[in-house]
Amino acid sequence: MSDDPVILGHPNDTELSDQLLSTTWRPFTRGWKLAFTICGALTLLLFAMITITVMRGIGMWGNNIPDAWGFGIINFVWWIGIGHAGTFISAILLVLEQQSWRTSINRFTEGMTLFAVMQAGLFPLLHLGRPWFAYWLFPYPSVMGTWPQVRSALPWDAAAVSTYFLVSLMFWYLGLIPDFASLRDRSPTRRRRIIYGILALGWRGSVQQWRHHKVAYMLLAGLATPLVLSVHSIVSLDFSSTGLAGWHSTIFPPFFVAGAIFSGFALVLTLIIPARRVFKLENVITLRHFDAMAKMLLITGWIVTYSYIVELFVGWYSGDTYEIYQHLVNRPFGWYAVCFWIMITCNCVVTQLFWSRRMRRNLRVLFVASLLINVGMWLERFEIIVVSLSRDFLPSSWHIFVPTWVDIGLLAGTLGFFGLLFMLFLRFVPFIPVAEIKQLAREVQA
Amino acid sequence: MTPVVMAEFDSPEALLTGLRALVANGVTADIDAFTPYEVKGVEEILGVRRSWLGWIVLAAGLAGGAGAYLLQWWINVVDYPLNIGGRPYHSAPAFIPITFEMAVLFAATAALISAIALGGLPKLWHPVFEVDGFDRATIDRFWVAVGDRNTVLDRARDAAALERAGALRVVWLGGAA
Repeated sequence: MSDDPVILGHPNDTELSDQLLSTTWRPFTRGWKLAFTICGALTLLLFAMITITVMRGIGMWGNNIPDAWGFGIINFVWWIGIGHAGTFISAILLVLEQQSWRTSINRFTEGMTLFAVMQAGLFPLLHLGRPWFAYWLFPYPSVMGTWPQVRSALPWDAAAVSTYFLVSLMFWYLGLIPDFASLRDRSPTRRRRIIYGILALGWRGSVQQWRHHKVAYMLLAGLATPLVLSVHSIVSLDFSSTGLAGWHSTIFPPFFVAGAIFSGFALVLTLIIPARRVFKLENVITLRHFDAMAKMLLITGWIVTYSYIVELFVGWYSGDTYEIYQHLVNRPFGWYAVCFWIMITCNCVVTQLFWSRRMRRNLRVLFVASLLINVGMWLERFEIIVVSLSRDFLPSSWHIFVPTWVDIGLLAGTLGFFGLLFMLFLRFVPFIPVAEIKQLAREVQA
Repeated sequence: MTPVVMAEFDSPEALLTGLRALVANGVTADIDAFTPYEVKGVEEILGVRRSWLGWIVLAAGLAGGAGAYLLQWWINVVDYPLNIGGRPYHSAPAFIPITFEMAVLFAATAALISAIALGGLPKLWHPVFEVDGFDRATIDRFWVAVGDRNTVLDRARDAAALERAGALRVVWLGGAA
């Protein structure tokens, strides 16, 4: 355990409030405007691609039998996995109490969770082909006299993802109420005071309010904790309940959960390194935080590596022709072999840097590594989905999947839309929990 | 509460001293503290017990889970049975994921709503907001208020006690005592 402080210096309540609340009213910088414009343009691209998909149909995507699942499901699994590190940091580490380094970054990562889940939700919706019938997934007394078939994994997914989004949103808002009240009392303009005042619901920090707030916050954290495990487990059941070689594996739920947290921590780093610099938050996001996150990358990276090894071993040990071909021939040496080896490099080799304390504290290394891990984890889903499907049981139906420009446009568009929402969040919401940091600073200094 | 006297402190420690001084004078009814973050020790001094909100959350979670299981059973066994590969209509393992998700969703919703409602919110205006400088109660000041339902309050005695405890200001809002 490192002894570095989680807060540098001895800032008092006034200084911390001014520093952390002012992120919502400091003037925009030119770089920020440029990034915002790019994200806005990509968001427009996303809407254009959605329009094309809905008007012309799923044929605009690269998927075709046997590759029934292509970019749509890869992107879904990738985005939803990213969200999990947010919940892991804010909920599981809160329940674990001792992890005081979570305080500075929990709201940031919760925001990341919310926006990542929004991107994730788009893909299965569009993949339905007729997204305007998406409400058929939910049980409602319809004039058709039919009901959803709940023994299939699809309604499980709908329940898991929508619950995950709503619980994350409620957890986020409950934590924000005291900080909205601070903004109501401190914002420079009357209009902002009114808007934040409404969002704060009239919070005044009375004994009764704190008394119920802290218990509800703890309970919501406790409730979000099993969601991290259940949502991605259910996503993995979509795969493992089929008979396809490369999917039909009992290791899938823990493998998916570890991969999700791994990729999520990588994206937290990708986002927080520039945000910390732009908003000058070196005193509340310290090297201690980066050290802890890099250690998480190392741990979850090893769980992922172990899972790859187990998959290979079980494929071989099964003695099944299809499994052996999939794991020992098709993935490492088949048509998509280059993707496999890039994935291994990004996910298993790059993370070994973080055995070194110096590397864990080098922000340039961390930033580049986090980008590589994001790529590696996207490729992992590509391996699982496209590579497995492209070589199924019948050689006559083998098929090489190539994404279309609509596929690539949708992926780029969700990246932009995510960036747009995240930048709005950084500008309008105190993304470092002010009340919690002030309390932590008191405890640290006492 | 309708506050009669309010006192401003600049640290959690001073706030606790002030509260202890009031409680020592017998001022225990209709008393409240307003703090920018949770101050440990306030609840013990004022004799506030742990929130019972957890029981609401438990009940909502159980109701959500039970309701989800019953609904799944009713739609897939009773009202619209579909034969999927000859498998049983009532297959408990397949009903578990949605049951679990709905238990969590109902419990979480109950937690948020009860935290807001039990804290007396939403209530955009409250008499304490009228006190000059109270807007720092969410930033860096710690306030104590005693309301008009407190009959023990003694203006001279308790103002002196608050000032001795380190109050920056003691504000009287008219009314009793």
